[in-house]
This record gives sequence, C-alpha cells and structure tokens, in this order.
Amino acid sequence: METSKLTGKRIKEYLFQGKRFDGRNLEEFRKITIEKNVSKKAEGSARVKIGNTDVIVGVKLDVSEPYPDSPNKGNLMVTTELLPLSSDRFESGPPRFPAIELGRLIDRGIRESKFIELEKLCIKEGEKVWSVFIDIYPLNNDGNLIDAAGIGAIIALKTARFPKYDEETGRVVYGEFTDKKIPLSKDIPLIITTHKAGESIIVDPTLEEEDVTDVRVTIGGSVNGLIFSLQKGNSKELTIEEMSKILDFSEKARKKVFSEIERYLN
Amino acid sequence: MTAFKRLDGRKPEETRKMEAKVGVVPNADGSAMFSFGDTIAIAAVYGPKKMHPQHQQDPEKGTLRCNYSMLSFSVSERIRPGPSRRSTEISKITEWALEPILMIKKYPNMVIDVHINILQADASTRCAGINAAALALAHAGIPMKSLVSSVSIGKLDKQLVADVNKDEEDWEEGEGATDIPITLTPRGEITHIQLDGKITSQELKEAIELARKAGKEIYEVQKKALKESSNPEKK
Repeated sequence: METSKLTGKRIKEYLFQGKRFDGRNLEEFRKITIEKNVSKKAEGSARVKIGNTDVIVGVKLDVSEPYPDSPNKGNLMVTTELLPLSSDRFESGPPRFPAIELGRLIDRGIRESKFIELEKLCIKEGEKVWSVFIDIYPLNNDGNLIDAAGIGAIIALKTARFPKYDEETGRVVYGEFTDKKIPLSKDIPLIITTHKAGESIIVDPTLEEEDVTDVRVTIGGSVNGLIFSLQKGNSKELTIEEMSKILDFSEKARKKVFSEIERYLN
Repeated sequence: MTAFKRLDGRKPEETRKMEAKVGVVPNADGSAMFSFGDTIAIAAVYGPKKMHPQHQQDPEKGTLRCNYSMLSFSVSERIRPGPSRRSTEISKITEWALEPILMIKKYPNMVIDVHINILQADASTRCAGINAAALALAHAGIPMKSLVSSVSIGKLDKQLVADVNKDEEDWEEGEGATDIPITLTPRGEITHIQLDGKITSQELKEAIELARKAGKEIYEVQKKALKESSNPEKK
C-alpha cells in the first residue's frame, strides 16, 4: 500500500525536527541481522535483515567462456528478482526498471572496487573462465533494499567455496565443494544509499519513509574514504552543497555499517 | 593545470568539438541533434499527448517517458538491437535528469515521449543524449524552467578531464579511469550524477566543479542552436 499523503506529511515534519517514527536519529540504521550460509546448494549465501527488510543473496559459480573484451578475466553477473511474495508492489513477469537498477547498482559497486580479483578466475585465456553469479531476492521489503542487497552480496561472496571442477571434461561437478575461496581483495565495497526528504538527509529509510524521499544517492565506497560507484536516483535536483553534504554523510555511514558487519566478513 | 597530455591533444578542461542543431526530425513535435566529436545523438519529442494505456495516466502531473537506444552499428562490435539492462537504466536516468526542469504539472493524464538514438558512439553517449533531449523538449515548446547540460568528467590516473572519449574511458595507467557523467542546470543544480571507478570525495567535489565549468560552455552551444532555429532567415 502506498503511504498516505497525511502520513507522508507527518513523516517529513518529524524528519525536519530530526526525529523518526521509530525513534531513530537521521543517520541511524535499523538493526542489521546477518546469517551466513543459508543455502546448502549455493556456493555462497547470506541473509540480511535491516529492520523488517529481509534479503537473501546467493552466489553460484560456473565455468563458461570469457567476454571477448576480457579474455583473461572471470565474469560477474548480478541479477535481482523482486519477488511478489515480498511486497504487494512487486508483480511477477520480466524484470522492470527497479529490479534492473538494483542489480546494476550492486554490480558496479563490486566490479569497480575490484573486490573480486577477476583475473584470478581465468582457467584458459579466451576459452574458459569462472563466472560468478550473484542473485538477489528480497523476502520482505520494508525499504532500503539496495543497502541490504549490498551487504548480502559481499558476505555471500566471502562465504563462497568453489565447486569441484573436472579438468578432463571441463565441467563443474556440482554438489561437491572444495575448500577454495573466491579470490577477494581488501577493498570491500560498502554500498550505502543516502536519501533526501524535504531538507533532511537520512539513511536507511523504511518503506514509508522511502515513499516521501525526493532523491537518493547510492554510493559504493571503501571504509577509508574511496568512492567506487555512485548513482543519483529520482527526479529531483540537488545543489552542489547538498551533494557535498551527502558525500560526507555517506562516508560516515559506511564506517558505521562496516563496524557492524565486520565480524561476519571473516 | 600541469602539462598533462590527453591522447587527442585537448587541454584537461576542454571538451571535444560540439555541434547542436534543432529540428532534425520534421515529423516530431520537437527534435535536436547534439554531438561531442564522434559521439552523435539525436532526440525527438512526441507529445504531450494522452497517455495510453489509460491506467498509467497520472491525474496530478504529466509523465515524461524517455527511451535511449544505440544503433546496432554505432560501435565497433555490433550491439544487439532492442533494450538491454544498460539502455533501460540510461533511459530512466535520462528521465530523472530532465524531469526537474519540466513544468510537467501542466499536463495531467498526458505523456511526453522522448526518443533518443545514438547514431555513433565514442563514449559520453548518455550525456550527448541528455543534451539533445533537453534541446528537443525546448524545441517542442514544452514549458521549462531552464535547459540542462550534461558532460562526463573523467579522472585519468590523477588528472581530471572534461568530456571523455572512448580511448580515455579505457585508460589503464596509474589509477586507471574514473568516469563521472554529470548533468547540471545553468544555476548549478545537479539533476543527474553517476560514477564508476575509484576516487576520493575531495576529487569528486573538484570533478563537480569542472562539470559546472564545462556545462556553461555546453549551455552556450545549446542556446545558440535554439536561437538559430527561431531565426527564419537561417532556416
């Protein structure tokens, strides 16, 4: 159900005073709960809850041909299916824009940070490389799916183990796992979305809050201040000062989120 | 600026040669061409017209519907015609970049279609597309608060440059290439920004300033094109 205008107005008034319906301050995340290895069949997986938002992310590995423009690198594919089960706003059918965007936001955050060392996933140049598939499914949408998906993706990657690979047949033996992990760098991309509602800047909106925000900026960056990917969403302009403020806000949020999820990254 | 050499000899803050022309598609209600060097975009506006299907009508405001697409032979390796994940995203980004300047509240239940085609690509295609689309909307006589001007700022190793071409986009030395397409109003409001690469916030803030400077030049080119179209002698 869409948030009513009356509620929306009230939310904005609250935000203006630095308050939120659930008692959080503007830069505070809801409680983040993480569960690793939730799927026995996936090579890696994680389930992330941020408040009532619940997302499951799975990593599958397969051997396939490399892309012609990167013959010595593994492939990365990030897909999202916005399950109708998770919200009355999602409908079944081919992916629409929100699903495509979510996948691409996570893809670029991970790809540009060079978190996955794709060149180490080459088996035979120009012929065989490992492909990493990251698939994202929300189980319950109460806002901020992007950040939940981002956390889920990096943790699922961390947990992933290679399946057995038969060099003679050149095929993957699914169901038999090795101890080998995906080669990952230290540049962990934290994907955080900062929103602006009226004059207020907030992170981690609930669905209700998300309905009244005017503009959002999703930034993939490291805990030490580097930015790898950035995308502004929604049709509302931002002044250069506001953009600056969002960059600072987001950097702080990355540090905070990192400190909360750090222990799951080992 | 230091003696940084760009591959095509441009200065860091220098854009490629820009051309803009309105009225390139006679059938459309408004149309325009915009090019940065070898990157050529055309845009055509159809509407405002009644939104069909009816259930998509918005009684509070008009709908802006953009469609970005590259011709299959606009790049070296043929791209499959039809929508892709990339083009779907750019279409939406373009809507977001343009909507803030349109007085779209004037057109409840209506839709304004903007079709953008990239005829030839040498990077910065979304920026050329947005520039062409803004012109086409103005040419169609849709009430607007202002134009928008779009440019891609690049960081090649440590050097910021305006209007990256394909060779620069593929820059690999040092810190590699960071690509930052930015769209601004003449007053300096950001209606679109994206980034891929590796950059500090301080450098990003400088990149936005550079975009602002380049945006002013683009704006002049756009304005000139509109003036030429309204001058009957030059038609």
